[in-house]
Amino acid sequence: MPDALRQFADTYLMWQEGPMIWISDVLILLTSIGIVATLTYFKKWKWLWREWLTTVDHKKIGIMYLIAALLMMFRGGADGLLMRTQLAAPGMHFLDAEHYDQIFTTHGTIMILFMAMPFIFALFNIVVPLQIGARDVAFPYLNAISFWLFFFGALLLNISFVFGGSPDAGWTSYPPLSELGFDNGPGENFYLLALQISGIGSIATGINFLVTILRMRAPGMTLMKMPLFTWSVLSACIMIIFAFPALTVALALLMLDRIVGTHFFTILQGGNPMMFINLFWIWGHPEVYIVVVPAFGVFSEVVATFARKRIFGYTSMVAALLSISVISYFVWAHHFFTMGAGADVNTFFAVATMAVGIPTGVKVFNWLFTMYRGRIRMTLPMLWTIAFVPCFVIGGATGVMLAVAPADYQYHNSYFLIAHFHQVLIGGVVFGMLAGMYYWWPKMFGFKLDERLGRWAFWFFNIGFYVCFMPQYALGFMGMQRRMYTYPADMGWGTLNFVSTIGAYLMGIGFIFIVAQVLYSIKYGERDLTGDPWDGRTLEWSLPSPVPHYNFAVIPTVTSRDYWWTLKEEGRTDEIKPKPEDIQPIHMPKNSGRPFLMGVLFFVAGLGFVFNWHVLAVLGLLGVVVTMLRRSFEYDDEYYIQPEEIQHVESALGRL
Amino acid sequence: MAVVEKALRDAHGHLSGADPAKPLEYQDPNQSLRILGFWLFLATDMLLFGCLFATYLVLRTHTDGGPTAHELFDIPGFTAETFILLTSSFTGGLATLAMRNRNRKQVLAWLTVTILLGLAFVGLEAQEFYKDVLEGATMQRSAFLSAFFTLVGTHGSHVSLGIVWMFSILLQVAKRGLTQVTARKVFIVNLYWHFLDVVWVFIFTVVYLFGVVM
Ligand code: HEM
Ligand SMILES: [Cu+2]
Repeated sequence: MPDALRQFADTYLMWQEGPMIWISDVLILLTSIGIVATLTYFKKWKWLWREWLTTVDHKKIGIMYLIAALLMMFRGGADGLLMRTQLAAPGMHFLDAEHYDQIFTTHGTIMILFMAMPFIFALFNIVVPLQIGARDVAFPYLNAISFWLFFFGALLLNISFVFGGSPDAGWTSYPPLSELGFDNGPGENFYLLALQISGIGSIATGINFLVTILRMRAPGMTLMKMPLFTWSVLSACIMIIFAFPALTVALALLMLDRIVGTHFFTILQGGNPMMFINLFWIWGHPEVYIVVVPAFGVFSEVVATFARKRIFGYTSMVAALLSISVISYFVWAHHFFTMGAGADVNTFFAVATMAVGIPTGVKVFNWLFTMYRGRIRMTLPMLWTIAFVPCFVIGGATGVMLAVAPADYQYHNSYFLIAHFHQVLIGGVVFGMLAGMYYWWPKMFGFKLDERLGRWAFWFFNIGFYVCFMPQYALGFMGMQRRMYTYPADMGWGTLNFVSTIGAYLMGIGFIFIVAQVLYSIKYGERDLTGDPWDGRTLEWSLPSPVPHYNFAVIPTVTSRDYWWTLKEEGRTDEIKPKPEDIQPIHMPKNSGRPFLMGVLFFVAGLGFVFNWHVLAVLGLLGVVVTMLRRSFEYDDEYYIQPEEIQHVESALGRL
Repeated sequence: MAVVEKALRDAHGHLSGADPAKPLEYQDPNQSLRILGFWLFLATDMLLFGCLFATYLVLRTHTDGGPTAHELFDIPGFTAETFILLTSSFTGGLATLAMRNRNRKQVLAWLTVTILLGLAFVGLEAQEFYKDVLEGATMQRSAFLSAFFTLVGTHGSHVSLGIVWMFSILLQVAKRGLTQVTARKVFIVNLYWHFLDVVWVFIFTVVYLFGVVM
C-alpha cells in the first residue's frame, strides 16, 4: 500500500519535485480548508449556492468574472516575479530550466486567457445591459454557462501545477515541440483542454453580447446613439465570433495528435507544424485586439466623463473600432515573418500590420482632443487613462518597428519583442481594465475605492512598469533572446536585467496596494448614495448603486447620445424616474444550478482527456449531453416580479 | 392552442409586443432573438468547418506512401450518402413548412422521416469508415488520412448530435403541440440540418469529387 501511495504521489502530486511543491501543496490545502471552514462557520453554503453559483444575473456574473480576473492577475504576476527573480543576475539557480519553461508558459497563458479575458467579460457583463437600457443579456442562462466554462477551464490549468505537472511549451504551444514525442506527460494536455473549455465559453459570450447589443437596446437608442464602450464590445464580439473557431480547431487537432496519434502537425508521416502556427495566430492576433478594444471603450467613457465634454469625433471612433476589427484579421503572419513565407507574403502582412496604426492613431487623437480645454478631474480612472496614452503610443511605435519584416529578422523572439508586447498589454489592457474597474466599482458595490491608496498603487505600478520594461528593449538589441532561463556573465546583460527585476518588484508592490485599497475601502470607502458619483453621462449612472436586480423599473426612451447628461443639463432627470402607474410586472429568468453542473462535467471530461482516462472522459461528455437535453425539455424557467415588489424596492431607494 | 399562444405572448411582453403577421416561430420577440443567436452560432460553426477544410487542403497530398484519396474513395458509397442527406434536408424543410401551416401531425411525420434518413446516412458513413480501417487506412497512417477522418468525422458527429436533438424536439412537439416556443425549436433544428447539408455539399465536392478525379 505505501508503495502504491508513493507512486501516486510521484506521478500525480509530483512529490519528488521537492520542497517548492510541498509548500504549495500545503498552502493550497490550508486555503481550501480555510474556505470550507469559513463558509461552514458562517453558515454561508446556502447563500453561496443561491446567490452566486446558480445566478443568471449579469451583474453578479460580472462580479464573479472580476474576482477571478484579479486572482489570476495575482497568480500570473507571481509567475512574472519568479521569472524576474531568476533573471536578476547572470548564472542564477533559483529556478532550473524546466521550471522556468513551465512558469513562462503558465504566466503567458493565464495572463491572456484567464486574466485579460475574464476582465473584459466582467466589464461586458456589468456595463453593457445597463448602458443600453436592458434588463439582462439576450441569453442569461447561456451567460452563466459561459462563466462556468471559463471558471472550470481556468481551474483545470491551475491545478496542473500541483496535480500532474504544468504545461511547458510556451503559451503558443508550437508543435512539433508540443507533440507527444517531445513533450510527454499531462502538462500540455492540461493546456489544450483548459483553453478548449474556456474557449467554448468565450464563443458563447461573443454571440450573447452581439445579440444583446443588436436587439435589446432601449427604445430610441439607435446604433449611433450607443455609448462608445458598448460599441467597443460590439467590435470585440465580432472578432470573438470570427477568431475563436480557429483556436478551437488548432487545439482540437493538436489534441488528436497527442491523444489519438494522428499526424496533423508531426514531422513524420506528412504532418505540417506550420498549419498549427497559422491557425493559432489567425485566432491569436485578433485575440490581442479582443482584449484591448474594450479597454479603448473604457478610455472613451472615462475621458468624456472626467473632461466633462462629449467625446471628440464619435463617428470616427466608431469607424476606427470597426476597421480595427476587420484589419486585425489580416495581420496574423507578422508573428512568423522569419519562417520563410517569401517577400510577397511578408510584404502584405507588414503593410496590413502598419495599417492598424491608422485607426488606433485616430482614437488617440480623439481622446486628446476631448481632453483639450476640458475641465479635467484627476480621479483614479482618469489617471490610468492619461498614463495609458504615452505607454500605448510607445508600444505602438515599437510594434510598427517589429512590423518591418526585414528588420524583424533582428528583433524576432528577442527581449525587444517581450518589451513591446508587455507595453501594449499592460499599458493598454491592464491600465484600461483597472481604469474600468475604478470607474464602475461604485456601480457594482455602492462605494468608491480609496483615492489615496489608489494613487500609491498607480505610481508604484507605473514607475515600476517603465523601470521593468524599458531596459528590455535595450537587452533585445544586445542579443538577449526570450524564454532563456539564464545567461552567462560575460554577455554584459547583468545590469539591465537587475534594473528590470527591480521594476517588476515595484509593480508587485503596486498590486499589493490595490489589494489593500480594496480591503480598506470595503470598510471605509466613500459610499455612493446618488448612483452618479462621477457625474456621468450614460444610462447606467441614472440608476442607484448597486443596481436592483431587474435594473430598470421602467425602460427609458432615449432621445440623444449621452442621454443621462442631456437630462441633467436640461434639468429633466425626474423624467427617467419610474412612475407608479408605469410599472408593469417584470419577467425574469429563474436561477439554475445546471450551468454550474455543466462546468463541473466539462471539468471531469477534461481531466479524463488529460490523463487518458477514457471512461471518465466519456462519462463527463455524456453528462454534458444529458444536461443539455434536460435544458431542452425545460419550459418553466422564468418568473415575474410583481409591481408591488418593484414599487417597494424603488421607494426604499427613494426613487418613487 | 390559441390559449397557450396568448399566454405565451403575454408572458413575453417585456420585449416589444408579439406580432401575429410574422411566421409562427418569429412572432414572439424572445424566440426571434434566439433564432438570431442561432444564426451567429452557425457562423462560428461554419468557420470551424472552414478551418478543417483548409487543413484538409493543405494535407491532402501528404499521404506518406499510404492510401491516396483516389484509391480509397468508393463512388457508389459516397453518392448514396449524398442522396440520402440531400433528401433528408428536403424532408426537414417539409417539416418546417408543415410547422408554419400549424399541421402538427405532418411535422411529426416529416421529422421522423428526416431522422430515419439521418440514421441511414450515419450508418453508411460508419460502414465506409469501418471498411477503410480494415484496409489499413486509419487516421494514424498519414496526415492526409488524419485530415480526412477528422473533417468528415466532425460532420458525421454533428449529424449524430443533430439526430438526438431532433428526436428530443419531436417529443416536445408531440407533447406540447405547436406553440411559439416549439415552433422556434422546429425551425432552428432544421436550420442546423440544412447547414450540415451545405457543409456536406462542400465535402462531397472538395473531398470526394476532387479526390477521385485528381
Ligand atoms: C507584473 C507584470 C509582469 C511581469 C513582471 C512579466 C514578466 C514576464 C517575463 C519575465 C516573461 C518571460 C520572458 C521570457 O523568458 O521569454 C513574460 C512573458 C510573457 N508575458 Fe509577462 N509579465 C507581466 C505581465 C504580463 C501581462 C499583464 C500579460 C498579458 C496580459 C503578460 C503576457 C505575457 C506573455 C504572453 C508572455 C509570453 C509567454 C511565452 O513566452 O510563452 N505579461 N512576462
Ligand atoms: Cu499579432
